[in-house]
This record gives sequence, structure tokens and C-alpha cells, in this order.
Amino acid sequence: MQENIYRAFLIKYGEIGIKGKNKSNFEEALRVQIENALKHLEGDFRVMRESGRVFVFCPKVYDYEETVEALQRVFGIVGICPMRVISDKRFESIKEETVKYVREAFGDRELTFKVFCKRADKNYPMTSPEICMEVGGFLLEHFPNLSVDIKNPQEKITIEVRQSHAYVYSHEIPGLGGMPVGSNGKAMLLLSGGIDSPVAGYMVAKRGVTIEATYFHAPPYTSERAKQKVVDLAKIIARYTGPIRLHVINFTDIQLAIYKTCPHDELTIIMRRYMMRIAEDLANKNGCMALVTGESIGQVASQTIQSLACTNEVCDLPVFRPLVAFDKADIVALSEKIGTFETSILPFEDCCTIFVAKHPVTKPIRGVIRASEAKLHGQIEALYEKAIETDEVILCEAE
Amino acid sequence: MEAYLDNAATTRPFASVREIMMKTLDEDFGNPSSLHTKGMGAEKYLRDAKKIIANSLKVQEKEIFFTSSGTESNNTALIGVAECYARRGKHIISTNFEHASIYNTLGYLESRGYEVSYVPVDTLGHVKMDALLDAIREDTILISIMMVNNEIGSVQDIAAISKAIKEKKPDVIFHVDAIQAYGKYKIYPKRMGIDLLSVSGHKIHGPKGIGFLYVDEHVRVNPLIHGGGQQKGMRSGTENVPGIAGLGAAVKEIYTDHEEKMAHLYALKKRLIAGMEKLPDVKVNAVGDVVEETAPHVISVSFRGVRAEVLLHALEERGVYVSSGSACSSNHPALSGTLKAIGVEDALLDSTLRFSLSVTTTEEEIDYAVAQVAELLPVLRMFTRH
Repeated sequence: MQENIYRAFLIKYGEIGIKGKNKSNFEEALRVQIENALKHLEGDFRVMRESGRVFVFCPKVYDYEETVEALQRVFGIVGICPMRVISDKRFESIKEETVKYVREAFGDRELTFKVFCKRADKNYPMTSPEICMEVGGFLLEHFPNLSVDIKNPQEKITIEVRQSHAYVYSHEIPGLGGMPVGSNGKAMLLLSGGIDSPVAGYMVAKRGVTIEATYFHAPPYTSERAKQKVVDLAKIIARYTGPIRLHVINFTDIQLAIYKTCPHDELTIIMRRYMMRIAEDLANKNGCMALVTGESIGQVASQTIQSLACTNEVCDLPVFRPLVAFDKADIVALSEKIGTFETSILPFEDCCTIFVAKHPVTKPIRGVIRASEAKLHGQIEALYEKAIETDEVILCEAE
Repeated sequence: MEAYLDNAATTRPFASVREIMMKTLDEDFGNPSSLHTKGMGAEKYLRDAKKIIANSLKVQEKEIFFTSSGTESNNTALIGVAECYARRGKHIISTNFEHASIYNTLGYLESRGYEVSYVPVDTLGHVKMDALLDAIREDTILISIMMVNNEIGSVQDIAAISKAIKEKKPDVIFHVDAIQAYGKYKIYPKRMGIDLLSVSGHKIHGPKGIGFLYVDEHVRVNPLIHGGGQQKGMRSGTENVPGIAGLGAAVKEIYTDHEEKMAHLYALKKRLIAGMEKLPDVKVNAVGDVVEETAPHVISVSFRGVRAEVLLHALEERGVYVSSGSACSSNHPALSGTLKAIGVEDALLDSTLRFSLSVTTTEEEIDYAVAQVAELLPVLRMFTRH
């Protein structure tokens, strides 16, 4: 394998930089997420926090493309700057290493540049402006294709002189933004096999929230393959969120009880209410402070504004619906970007589709729904407890 | 208890199959094309298997070509013959209830400028002879018909079909997809007028990844796979020695005490049919008055008011493994072409399961499966989709 000129990455983070005293917590969360993202890659990576920056060092052979792609899946990173490490930080060496860097990074492209310098090592014998001028001049001597533009350079060549090493870098690869997972508590995602809920989980995780998930399984009406599909979806989202604990709940008996007892045009809405109740119970037991769903206003009968109000009233935890105002086409586009779309459209039944009325209520009246639900009393309590007991936890890690 | 009744999908390999395959992996791992003794050691397995197979069909060893699967055998037969005889004509005849490996290959040939006629079948799944003969034209080069249908178990009178088509057009080439038939019937291509015959290993207790194509010595076939010229250039690629050895062992065992084995299968089939017919609103498909006129191992049953996939998973929970008669999905119902072809009513297309037996299936398994279906039907019928 060809020796890579980049032996390290400078990780730039946005919002988390401004969090005052919490900054250290955020940085630590970011460091953990980066380590997790790089864990299975070829190479040996050191993720270090060093006076207000996060660096990834790559001392051994590694795959540059693969590493950048992995870093581009870590929430909280706004920019990834591949750097050349200059271990001998005497000025002569800095000049020569910078020349090598420029040759390999730009070849003989015509371009304008400006040299920037940051000096963390305040005892360095030269000041930053001196370093900029000297290096700039040296580069001009070596490369006829380069010219200086102080105001609007095409390439900003940055040299950082730190205590142990110096670095040179010039370009910044965009990251996902957001906040590092683990910096903003935990939420319980209601994960189905569909297109929306994985996207919803992704979006909330992007705000730094750790995701757990609940899937409602209804054997024999839903198959083992449908369950495997949800596990596969969780594994795909886990590439961004880190490992997801997936709770699989056997929902069949509750569903059959609703079917036997309640008006059939209210089946879906009552079923949704029980799903929310169970998810909230699991959330409370597992330290989650909110629920997350993939609902979007008006997408289906159970997601009209009346239906959302009706399912919302059964739980006390806040319910995050990040897709609430998204069009289906936008959700699909996001799911394609995340990589869940192809799995989501595999044709296995989930428990939302097995007993569906031809004309479900679209404007449920809460009083009416409550009255229908009341008919379940006496039988539903035991079934509910039984369903909670079926909780099977599957740890879904990125593959 | 467990009852594996999905033997038309695949069968458990015989112990003799596993044994001989282990030998080819542990000791005799050579490449049959190598000149040294390791190579010769491996080659012996090929020769032995070929002899067993050729004997079972009463054909010459040189007429047997190993492939990776029944699908590859069917592809080679159809594409290989179509290409080779294109100058004679570009018309092919088949039926409207073939397996996907025939159906989709014919679709491919249609996209390459061939014309295909699909002959209908009757309610028992028998090819309509008059329609078949009517379809034959001056430019017909190939007729392909499956001997035993994989979904309903109907059997064609291959010898009669061959006789009739060759009387009308002597130079037509006749291919038989025998993937569900070989091992259940004694098939003699020379006497029955079969020019090409496709077989798969794992349907007869052999391993997956191996099949063969019989090609009559007078028929020419263009190869699909090119390379080092193995198998006389018909099918390049280092031979799958473990697979071939396993296939040979399976053929040997399945055709030993064959009459007894088939009698056992028919007894089981009758037992299953009798059990099912006692249940309300249950219909066994494509079986006429004489069960022996259908294949011994496939039974198609429709359960009114029950979705096949749900019943399948409910049975699975109780250790009974079967197939749905149709590859159905919630979003894109792709209902069975075979069931439609034999005129099963629309309401039952998505309510049909296939039970398929093997020589190792027991009466207890049949009784257990019937009992489970009997228990589940009333429960599942309570909850139907609106």
C-alpha cells in the first residue's frame, strides 16, 4: 500500500465548541464516538483531545477513503482536515515538509495560496507572522505554479506548531454536523420496518441523543424475516448512532384482544396507543427521557393531526417527531442518504399492516376512542404485563 | 416435535452423501485436471458419479454434464440449444406453469429475438396436447416441458408428448425439466424420446451447488461458461468434486429399493390428503381420482379464509415447515402463476400451502402436521384482514 501523506486528521466541531463548562463533556463524547466509528477499520488510530482540539492520529497503514467516510458518519464533526505530521519541528524541517506536502497535495495545479500559522508553543523561536512569510517565500521559490493571494486565496495552507509536533494542512472535508451521540441523554425510538422511523432515529441521534429502540413483533402474523429486517435497519442506523439496544416486544395477544373487542375502524389508532404506552414503560425502565416516532402529519390515517393528538395523550414523556413536517419524498431522500431505504422497502409485513380496516377513522374523537378502549379493561392488563415480559433485547452494532 | 415438509424446496443430504463429500475435502482434495496422482484420485470421484448417473438413466457417460444447479442446467439447455439451432428457426414452445428458471430464461431469449409460445394446462396440471401440437410451426426448434410441477405435483406423460411432437416435427429438440421428477421416477431418455434433461442435486438428498444436464449425443449445445475446457468444453471451470461425489452417492441411494421408497411416499401422501380433506373449507389441488397419477411428494392445499403466510409462520412455531404456494408479499402480490394456470380461484391464490415429502418423512410427522393445521385453522380464521 502506498504511504499516505496524511498521518493525522484535525477534527473541527461546531456547536459543541461553545458550550462553556460543558465543553469537556462534549469533547469526550465526540472522542468516544470517533473511536467507535474507527474501531473496525484497518489501521491503528489514536483519538486525542489536546488543548481544545480533537485529533485522530494514524501511525500505521490505514485506508484513507474508508477512514474519511467513517469520520463523515460521526455526529458533531463539522470538518475533517487531513494533516501531515511534522515530528521534527525545527524550522528547516517545517519548510521542507511543507514543500513535500504541497507537492503531493496539489501537484502542478495553478493556484493561489496564503500561509496561516498557529503557534501553541509560545516558546518557539519564531513568531507566527515570521513563519508565514518565510514558508510562503520558500513555497514560491519551489513552485512556479503557485502565487500568493492574501485576500482571497484558493488554498489556505495552515501550519500549527504545538508542543510536541508541527502539522500542516490545507483542506477541510465537510462532516455531518450535529452533536456527538452521548452528549444529550437517551430516547426510545419506536422502530418499525418502514421508511420513516429509521430516519427519525437518525435525526434525533444527530442532536447528540443516544437511541434505544422498540419493535413490536406479532408472530405468526409477522415473520422472523420481518424481525430480522428491523435488526438490519438498527444496524444501519448504528453506523451513525453507535450500538443500539433494540427491544423486541411480542404484541400479538394485545393486537388480537383489540381486534376481538374494539370497532375495526379504530384498530390502528388503539393499537398505536398501546405501542406508545409500552414504549414509554420501556423508556422509563431504561433511562430514556423521550420517545421518538417517524410520524408525519397526514401521511396515513393514524397520522392525521387528530390521530396524533389521540396517540399523544397516553404518555407523559415528550414525543419527538422529527419528520412531522416532512413530505414523503424528502423522507425517502434522507433514507437513501442514510442507507436504510433498500432495507426498508423489503416486502415483509409489520404489525401495522396485518389487521387494517378498509376505512380506518381519520378524525378519531378522543372520548370515543377512550370508550372503546374501556371495553378492554379486565383482559388487557394481564396481556400488557405479559407483553412487557417478552422484552427481548438485541444489541445492534454497525457491521 | 418437528415435521420438515418442505422437501420440494430442499432435502436433508443422506449420510452417505456427507461421508463421501468429507473424503473429498479431507483426503482427496486434488484438482481432477492435475496430471499427478492427487488429480487422478479426485478424477475417480467424477468418473464414479458419472457412471452411477448414466446407469440410472440408461444413457452414456459422455452424455452427462455437471452444472452448479438445476437452474444452470435449464439455462444451458434453453440458451445453448436456441443459439446453436438459430439458423433452423427461432421459435420455442413451453407451458404456462414452468419454474422461474425456465420462464425467465425464455423471457431472456424473447428479448434476444426468439419467439416463445406458452401452452396452457388443464385443472389437473396436464399440458393440453392439442394446443401443444397446434403450436408447432415450421421454425420451431425447441420444446421444453417440466415433468413434475414443483407447486402442485402434476406429472406429464413425457413419452406420449415426445412421440406426438416428433411425429409432427421430427427434428424438434425436446428438453425436460426433471428437477422435481428425477429420483421419484425412473426416467429413460432414450426410450422416452428426451433430448435434454435437467436435474438438481439437493432435491434428492444430495448437496446444494450441483446439478447435471443430460444431452443426447446427437444434440449440440453452445456452452454458457467458457474457460479451461473442462467437461469437453461444455462447461468450463474446475469440477465441483465434493458436490459431484455427493450427487453420485445420492443418486445411488435414492434408486436403491426404489419401488418401496415410492410406495412409502404415496402412502404418506394419501394419509396427508385424507387428513386435510376432513377439515372444513380445505381443498387439495390438482389431484384426480388416482393419487398415483400425481407425483408422490408434492401436495398443494388451499385453506379458505386464511392467509398462507400467516398459517406458514404459525405452523413453523409448532415445528412444521412448509412453503406457501405463492411468493406473496404485502405490497406487491406476486401470486402463483401455476395456481392461476390450473384455475385455482382468486380468493384461494393467497391461501395455498405446499406440503412436500421425502423418503425419510414418517407417518407421525404427517399426523402431527395435520393435527396442527386442524388446531390452527379455527383460530386464524377468526382474524382475517378486511
